[in-house]
Amino acid sequence: MGFLSNTLVVLLLVGGVWLARLVARDRYWRENATQLWRRRPLALITLALFLLIGVLDSVGWVGGGASGEDDVAALRSRTLIDRLFQPERFTEASYSAPLARLSFYGGQPLKHPGKHLLGTDILGRDVVYRACKGVRVALLIGGFTSLIVIPIALLFGVFAGYFGKRIDDAVFFLMTVLASVPSLLLLIALVMVMGRGTLQVCIALGITGWVHFCRIARGETLKLREAEFVDAARALGVSDLTIIRRHVLPNIAHLIIITFALSFTGLVLAETILSYLGIGLDGSWGQMIDQARNELSRTPIIWWNLAGASVALFVLILAVNMIADALRDIIDPRTRREGR
Amino acid sequence: MGAYLIRRVGYGLITVLGVLFLLFVLFFAVTDPDDIARKAVGERARPEVYALWKKNHGYDRPLLLNRAYAAGDSRRYTDTLLFDHYRRMLTFDFGNSDADDSLIARRLKEGMGPSLSLTVPLFAFGLVLGVLLALFVAFFRETYIDRAVLVLCMLTMSIAGLLYIISGQYLIGMLLKWFPISGFAFEPYLAGRFLALPVLVGVVSGIGADVRLYRTIFVEESNRDYVRTARAKGCGEVRVMLAHVLRNALIPILSNIVITIPFLFTGALLLESFFGIPGLGSLTVEAIQGNDFSTLRTMVYLGALLFIAGQILTDISYALADPRVRLT
Amino acid sequence: MSAPLLSVENLVLTFPAETGRIAVVDKLNLTIARGETLALVGESGCGKSLTALAIMRLLPKPGRVEASSRIEFDGRNLLELSVPEMRAVRGGAIGMIFQEPMTSLNPVTTVGDQVLEAVWLHEKMSRSAARERVVELLHMVGIPDPRARFSAYPHQLSGGLKQRVMIAMAMAMRPRLLIADEPTTALDATIRAQILALLRQLSFDTGTAVLLITHDFGVVNEIADRVAVMYAGMIVEEGTRRELLSHPRHPYAQGLLKSIPRPEARGNKLLEIKGVVPRPGRWPPGCRFAPRCPSAFDRCQAELPHRTTLSSSQGAWCHLVEYEVHT
Repeated sequence: MGFLSNTLVVLLLVGGVWLARLVARDRYWRENATQLWRRRPLALITLALFLLIGVLDSVGWVGGGASGEDDVAALRSRTLIDRLFQPERFTEASYSAPLARLSFYGGQPLKHPGKHLLGTDILGRDVVYRACKGVRVALLIGGFTSLIVIPIALLFGVFAGYFGKRIDDAVFFLMTVLASVPSLLLLIALVMVMGRGTLQVCIALGITGWVHFCRIARGETLKLREAEFVDAARALGVSDLTIIRRHVLPNIAHLIIITFALSFTGLVLAETILSYLGIGLDGSWGQMIDQARNELSRTPIIWWNLAGASVALFVLILAVNMIADALRDIIDPRTRREGR
Repeated sequence: MGAYLIRRVGYGLITVLGVLFLLFVLFFAVTDPDDIARKAVGERARPEVYALWKKNHGYDRPLLLNRAYAAGDSRRYTDTLLFDHYRRMLTFDFGNSDADDSLIARRLKEGMGPSLSLTVPLFAFGLVLGVLLALFVAFFRETYIDRAVLVLCMLTMSIAGLLYIISGQYLIGMLLKWFPISGFAFEPYLAGRFLALPVLVGVVSGIGADVRLYRTIFVEESNRDYVRTARAKGCGEVRVMLAHVLRNALIPILSNIVITIPFLFTGALLLESFFGIPGLGSLTVEAIQGNDFSTLRTMVYLGALLFIAGQILTDISYALADPRVRLT
Repeated sequence: MSAPLLSVENLVLTFPAETGRIAVVDKLNLTIARGETLALVGESGCGKSLTALAIMRLLPKPGRVEASSRIEFDGRNLLELSVPEMRAVRGGAIGMIFQEPMTSLNPVTTVGDQVLEAVWLHEKMSRSAARERVVELLHMVGIPDPRARFSAYPHQLSGGLKQRVMIAMAMAMRPRLLIADEPTTALDATIRAQILALLRQLSFDTGTAVLLITHDFGVVNEIADRVAVMYAGMIVEEGTRRELLSHPRHPYAQGLLKSIPRPEARGNKLLEIKGVVPRPGRWPPGCRFAPRCPSAFDRCQAELPHRTTLSSSQGAWCHLVEYEVHT
């Protein structure tokens, strides 16, 4: 866990700093940010909350566990969320309903009666705790993957669009081949072949999602290449790389941001399917849902596991969708609704 | 038009070759045949058993170049995994499953019927319902109906497909007992009962995104100049929607259907698996759970093939629908 | 003189803005007599197109025609008609053609079918009879080989031909009024002359009045009977073509005509009207042209001028003119 979560934190911080600089310096982005805040304050707050939980779950160190733990457990690094919930002490024997005082089967008194907001699962783990742990995984899936994919897709797409001809033909062919395999099947094939670790799943998600970004980068670059200011820059003798850096990239930034927001939810949802198939990430909400599936058919019904994971998933995806939507309305004038 | 078609199909074929190469890299170069053999036969067999298994399943040849033959002998290139892979896939000779040694082609034939009986109604209902709802909403654009529906769409879009299936099975299958939770029957008049719930769940889970997209297209078309001309001629709003907007909107809608075609395969994957429908999706899920690489390989190949074919068909229908393309 | 065909009284059009609704057209008055061609002239953004759309009750959604307005056409107030009644007027009694022939025709239907629709919406007849009517109309607007052109698609026609098709659609039911919103602005100079000549011919042959919206005085000169000059949402001067072109009285109209470049004036400075047109919502109180008017005086800043009659046909909305007339 250490490497990836630390990378996540670093990336988040770097991304946050970059965004903050962008908004602070550039009036255009400042206006966009203000508009976004005005339109979707609730969604932004929700997202910030999730990000906070994710970061808290990424900062961890070894030590401070419960007494009587064996050596292996004691060496495991525990995050701030872990320390908050203290799962070693907070766990029950098995199922218990939300805020119950007795266990679900057998009616034994609980160790922490009335404290489990959403009850406990089959292993007695607190559902709210597990839902919180799932936040980091979801952010990893959506955010980390995109952050890796975007630069690579930009590289290919912009070069293909700008330099054209053979490079474009090659990249376009690569895009077409990758896009021709239905993404879920490709994803499954990649995970089956590469193995089921976190990094492998992220890479697989990245490979299937790469085409989307690349296509947009290439399309916009093609359009920009015809723009007059690019011609002017070339006539002035500005090098191609500088033109790309100074003229092309800033102009596709807004589309990239929108695409990122839109693809985030797709990635998280794709992972839920992988979890159902047994090849998803450990600790994800998808896995929780998969494990909770069969509990619905019991009598009396056990619904809180499913509810916890589903609600967390739903809220995050709804928030991101709403933000992405609002961003699109703000930034891309073509989709502005009539009659404003 | 004819030249366009030929070029389009040609490019499609080249893409197929590219996909086959990708599959080759994934399933032969990255994956270790020894691993596959071990998973199929078991961990503790003797080396000869592994070798025999690999031989029987065609994994025992070299990847690209067979140095057992002399240079100049064509078998140097043809007795390789690469060549074999291409030859077999292109001739639809799929061989046997890695897991249970059954003939893949037979399993495909058995699975096609159930899959089609699910995906075709799913696609048809989804499209018709989506277009009708979007037309309705576009007609009432900027009114409360419009805003309410858009909010609804946003909410329904944010629910994972998995959850739709689970809650659908629970609410309608268990609580209301309207339809069976899972299962399938091959007789057409019995199959309906088993297909109703998966089709319902599939349509509902996708309708939000569809309606939003189609609505945007309809509203965009409604703002065009020729619609203004139609109104100036005396067309009523209903006629404007149906005779002018719809006809023109079909063009971008058609191109979006391409994007929905792969979801017919992958959506069917989940639906078939959950609802116990013995189609190609279930076959794929079994292959995943059984580490059956040869079946998985075949399914991915077929998926890509169908997708490419679907794209070409859509391009053709787009060209037919738009006189600006057809008559140049 | 008989009652005018179209009489627009006190037209006020409002649109929503950040500070509430603002008027884009305010207290506009206009009349058109039967069979006459009135040119509505003004700079871009003065509200001419919106006025035309308002007459057809096709003002785009956020816009609204305020209750104080009155649009009388052939004895009826168009603003009070029910929706089906107005639909019968559109394309039936009043036809309209637009500026961009490229995008104003439905790209996926044949040209013939579109003209057919214009007929069929107002008069039910057998398909073959309707077809004949369409061919007749296509011929009337000067489209060569009309029978073959029936099954052509818009993208297969040139700009001039497309505009002729638009005219055919608008004239299909022999309307009493044809509104032409900058019909030639998007066309080449040679085609422009042809289209204008066609409009003149049709008006003469069928007795259709024409409301021609334009910013080009050349167009005015070619086919207008009367002219109305519009500035910042209202008419500032109206009169016959000769009156307006040879002796305009309103300072704005005078300025416009003086600023037309003339070959004889080569070597001299190009005359212009100083300042810019005020945007809707930023109109000054009083006369809207006052800030730019070389002859403005106190009353102009305070009070909006009323119409001063200069002759049986000419009138101006200007305090200076009113002053000159009454002395």
